[in-house]
Amino acid sequence: MTETESSSVLSVRDLMVHYPTDEGVVKALDGVSLDIQPGQTLGVVGESGCGKSTIGRAILRILDKPGQIVGGEILWNDPEKGSGSRPVDLTAQEPNGPEMRAIRGGDIALVFQEPMTSFSPIHTIGNQMSEAITLHQDKTAAEAKEWSMELMNMVGIPNPPQRFDEYSYQLSGGLRQRAMIAMAISCGPKLLIADEPTTALDVTTQAQILDLLRGLQEKNNMAIMLITHNLGVIAEMADEVVVMYLGRAVESGPVDDIFHQAKHPYSRGLLESIPSVLASGRERLPSIAGSIPHPFNRPSGCTFRPRCPSFIPGTCDVNVPQYLALGGGQQKVSCFLHHSPSGVEEVSSHD
Amino acid sequence: MIDSIPAMDGTILEVRNLTKHFPIKRGLLKRTVGAVKAVDDVSFNLKQGETLGLVGESGCGKTTTSRCILRAVDPTSGEIMFRTADGHEVNVATLPNREMRPLRREMQMIFQDPFSSLNSRMSLLDIVGEPLLVHGMTNRDERQERVAELLRLVGLRPEYMQRYPHAFSGGERQRIGIARALALHPRLVVADEPVSALDVSVQAQVINLLMDLQEEFELTYLFVAHDLSVVKQISDRVAVMYVGKIVELADTAELFTKPRHPYSEALLAAVPVADPRLHRKDRKLLEGEVANPANPPSGCYFHPRCPYAQDVCRTETPVLSEVSPGHFASCHRVQDLELTGIVQVDGEST
Repeated sequence: MTETESSSVLSVRDLMVHYPTDEGVVKALDGVSLDIQPGQTLGVVGESGCGKSTIGRAILRILDKPGQIVGGEILWNDPEKGSGSRPVDLTAQEPNGPEMRAIRGGDIALVFQEPMTSFSPIHTIGNQMSEAITLHQDKTAAEAKEWSMELMNMVGIPNPPQRFDEYSYQLSGGLRQRAMIAMAISCGPKLLIADEPTTALDVTTQAQILDLLRGLQEKNNMAIMLITHNLGVIAEMADEVVVMYLGRAVESGPVDDIFHQAKHPYSRGLLESIPSVLASGRERLPSIAGSIPHPFNRPSGCTFRPRCPSFIPGTCDVNVPQYLALGGGQQKVSCFLHHSPSGVEEVSSHD
Repeated sequence: MIDSIPAMDGTILEVRNLTKHFPIKRGLLKRTVGAVKAVDDVSFNLKQGETLGLVGESGCGKTTTSRCILRAVDPTSGEIMFRTADGHEVNVATLPNREMRPLRREMQMIFQDPFSSLNSRMSLLDIVGEPLLVHGMTNRDERQERVAELLRLVGLRPEYMQRYPHAFSGGERQRIGIARALALHPRLVVADEPVSALDVSVQAQVINLLMDLQEEFELTYLFVAHDLSVVKQISDRVAVMYVGKIVELADTAELFTKPRHPYSEALLAAVPVADPRLHRKDRKLLEGEVANPANPPSGCYFHPRCPYAQDVCRTETPVLSEVSPGHFASCHRVQDLELTGIVQVDGEST
């Protein structure tokens, strides 16, 4: 076991998730590896359809049918059990077995993208929060209610006694997302998976929610896996970043390296194509040519090759680049510009 | 006041004191008990060939304003003076529907959601060709030719004409929506969040397309968006709305670097910047939420959230006035506040 693996709270190794359909198999995840350190934020970025939401759902074993994990490991390393304990492989657990049910919502919690649809419309907010608490902790209904209201206070929901008895439709988008976060942290998770937590919100509300998440992380030393397509949010929140393309990680590293020395042509393209408030005004944006290929029509070799400006004929379309560290650093990339087809690192003249 | 600006040459649209109230009805008899002031005394003008960005949080009246201009909803009061291609000036706000129809050729809309704005049972030929048919191009061959031309224009292959929307990705669908909007050679295009449902890489492609088309056909855009960075990319001028009113209007560069209204400052501070080295820890975060337009606060609508509010802000409604040439703001303290915009860091921005 390598050093990063042993210290990380969660490490995903070569995870493969497939969706068998009548027309063929959709490889939603095709060998993803990533590590999350305790108390840190890992940003997962990529375009829609690259599999970023699938990772979160695979970790919690709540993949939509017919999705199934067909390979790889998800190693959960409970930081409270000390360094001597063996990590639990979540892929080996029954999705609805007792171990998984204790972890899901207890140790690992999820904040969904759509605060509108992720609450039950026929139960009060308080009812739903208390349910999660009584399920995972040894608390009576009255204690759960008290704890819920304290959590509401913590996430900045004004007037908890009133909100406790309200339904989700009575709350605004921002308040609903706060309630969602309150529910997620109610059992003191060690890892919070936030799947596009601010995408449906206004910029002002987004800034408030991100601030809240940062504050909670500092207070509870909670790891966050932040899944989003918004690179601005990643730049403000993440310690480490993983860039995904078509079910694979193509680049990862500390946030500063990714934003200032991105190596993979896809990461570079993504970064260049974001409109910035810092830009000098009306000008054409560089954009990545084409769009994500159809899932049944995955290109051979490197899957980014048809859109890549640095495509090397005879190499990129024949071999699959390996996902390797760059010169002993923390940055990893899978691209033939930086690794020769044999996997041995080339003396890179690029960049 | 904006009202006093004379209609100069090149002005294609002049909106004066536009108001739209939606009645609130309660009880068995459906009595009107109040009104949601979605748009409240909005005035601005648009010059031929320019892009005006309209920004603000959800519920501030951006979409209602744009719908009033196209008469998709009937305004409660106010004037919308539109200069037609043949030089007449008509008031869109009061025009009967019959007379509205020929005007609709000249003003078109691009919608936000590329998935629900295209009829999934119509082929591209029918979708893009429908406005042509409605406006009298009854010859099928002629129509087919024009649709092919439009599809090429937006970067889609004309052979796709017989396909249905489900076969296309979000970005491609948005191109179809743009082709449909351009079918009748419009002069004014209202784009309501045209790229907010798209991925960043595709977003850049669509923004570039919109800018190219504008140059080619001298289009005038009213660009409604909540994403300030997108607005900056495409707009010549920007209007900031809050609870149904325009609180600031200025040239894009000026508004972003030297905002004069605290709400604009707060919006700018909230935008995440894609650079981890720019940690803006000291930024002021806006507290609370947008005021309820059915029951707005007294005085300046922004005062409950404004860090600079004084007594006068609680009692008196500020007026939108010109603070420097072409820069309008409605704030009581506009003269004594030093507000921060986006600060350009040398060599740091990508």
